[in-house]
Amino acid sequence: MDIKEIKSKFPIFSNKVKGKKLVYLDSANSSQKPKVVIDRISNFYSKEFSNVGRSMHSLAVTATNRFEETRDLIKNFINAKFREEIIFTKNATEGINLVATTYGEKFIKDKDEIIITELEHHANYVPWHFLRKRKGAVIKFAECDKQGEVSIDSIKKLITNRTKLIAVTHVSNVTGTIMPLSKIIDLAKTKKIPVLIDGCQGAPHIKLDMQKLDCDFYVMSCHKMYGPTGVGILYAKKKWLDELPPYQGGGGMIDEVKKDNISFPESPTKFEAGTLQTAEIVGFAESIRFIENIGIKNITQHEKEITEYGLEKLKKNNSVSIIGDPKERGAIISFTIKGIHPHDIATILDDDGVAIRAGHHCCQILHEKIGIPASARASLGIYNSKEDIDILNESINKCNKVFNN
Amino acid sequence: MDLKELYQEIILDHGKNPRNKKKCDGFNKDAKGNNPLCGDKVHVYLRLNDEKQVEDISFEGEGCAISIASASIMTEIIKGKDFNVAKKILENFINMLKDGSKPSINSLSDNENTTIMSLSGVKQFPMRVKCATLAWHTFLHAAENNKKVVNTEE
Repeated sequence: MDIKEIKSKFPIFSNKVKGKKLVYLDSANSSQKPKVVIDRISNFYSKEFSNVGRSMHSLAVTATNRFEETRDLIKNFINAKFREEIIFTKNATEGINLVATTYGEKFIKDKDEIIITELEHHANYVPWHFLRKRKGAVIKFAECDKQGEVSIDSIKKLITNRTKLIAVTHVSNVTGTIMPLSKIIDLAKTKKIPVLIDGCQGAPHIKLDMQKLDCDFYVMSCHKMYGPTGVGILYAKKKWLDELPPYQGGGGMIDEVKKDNISFPESPTKFEAGTLQTAEIVGFAESIRFIENIGIKNITQHEKEITEYGLEKLKKNNSVSIIGDPKERGAIISFTIKGIHPHDIATILDDDGVAIRAGHHCCQILHEKIGIPASARASLGIYNSKEDIDILNESINKCNKVFNN
Repeated sequence: MDLKELYQEIILDHGKNPRNKKKCDGFNKDAKGNNPLCGDKVHVYLRLNDEKQVEDISFEGEGCAISIASASIMTEIIKGKDFNVAKKILENFINMLKDGSKPSINSLSDNENTTIMSLSGVKQFPMRVKCATLAWHTFLHAAENNKKVVNTEE
């Protein structure tokens, strides 16, 4: 695989940052976009655009077809059983909110329990907190250990006959921990508890097979998958989509509207109110094609190689402490440097064109558990190389120089 | 944009060895400030006497070198000043980070001027201005009995 050639497909890398070559290590936050995706959005607006699913004219037919093609591509990409199981949302956060609101409305009662983990992003906690406030639900946190692992036992011991949902991340956006999803889902199935997976850090990096995984809900963030912002995907098993009430009300999601009653169509229409991010969704088709042309397994393999190189390099750097040591790690390395706050690290690295994220990464629960207010995070995409890691390491050494460490 | 302008010796010194980082004795006012995007937290304590003079000021908190240094420098400069003077210094400080104007306070000693000017480099780093101003806004809330927690994102 020629990473240089792949990287050349991303126009952003032809720009300099502060006169330096861009070393982009913030893909867990959002990935960069290949030219095919950028061009597709522009082309769609120039040649094929109109609103989808409403008008009878030719442009509307073309636009609707393009839009629905993306749904088919995603269905195949994640091996869902039915295309109706793919719901477009504005982001992964909205996907979780959709489930929390609709599933919560129908199935959660006072004192019912939802299990999440200490690794979760705020997006997989705050929506459940709303349910706690609204319905009196109880949120239980499965503990993570020093390695950043959540054992199956720590989830098992929280399950009671009031457990109504288990919501866990696929890959931690801080420790990089790849969660034992199959074990969790198997366990949940024996107790007939549905499982929601926050797949933001999984979908861009790991081969997905919804039929094999057999989870109930899986959310994705398209802008982390070399796609446009403003698009998320909620995969939900058809049986849930048939049972759950609509989420938001408005145009496009109705069957028949009368003064005294309104009926609703089936999924996905039922859950897609109003005009969606049409051009972005059409553009996202190119992101899927881009990923499939490289091969998701090749992406996993390449990122694994660079992550391992990064771990080896940073472990040798005495000033660096790496957060967590999970057995299975995604393309994420979070760290601290003794005596230097992560924000200062980010500013100094930025001076070398190295883009990382510093802060709590929307995981305050986890940072509190580790006992630090913030961390620095380097996260990878297909465009990263060992050279990027070398520059990162050099730049870390510069932090120590600036701070006279 | 130069890192050396941002991380001057004075700032590194205050960042590593912050002054007045404690609860000051007999404080009669305090306020909290948060930067929710990055998790910086500050708690400012002060003792204001009947003549509205800042008899003592201190802070507790966690954050980057810029936010800790700025809080530390603020306590050194404001301690002993009349509240009205302190407020003027604060305005001047915020303006310095916004538009680069030099503070023009007659009552500041040369040494105080140099210290406060050491933070002027922050202006070049827009993402860090909030780090530098958090403690100062929090001081104002404390002095004016504003019970609302300062939030850099509001």
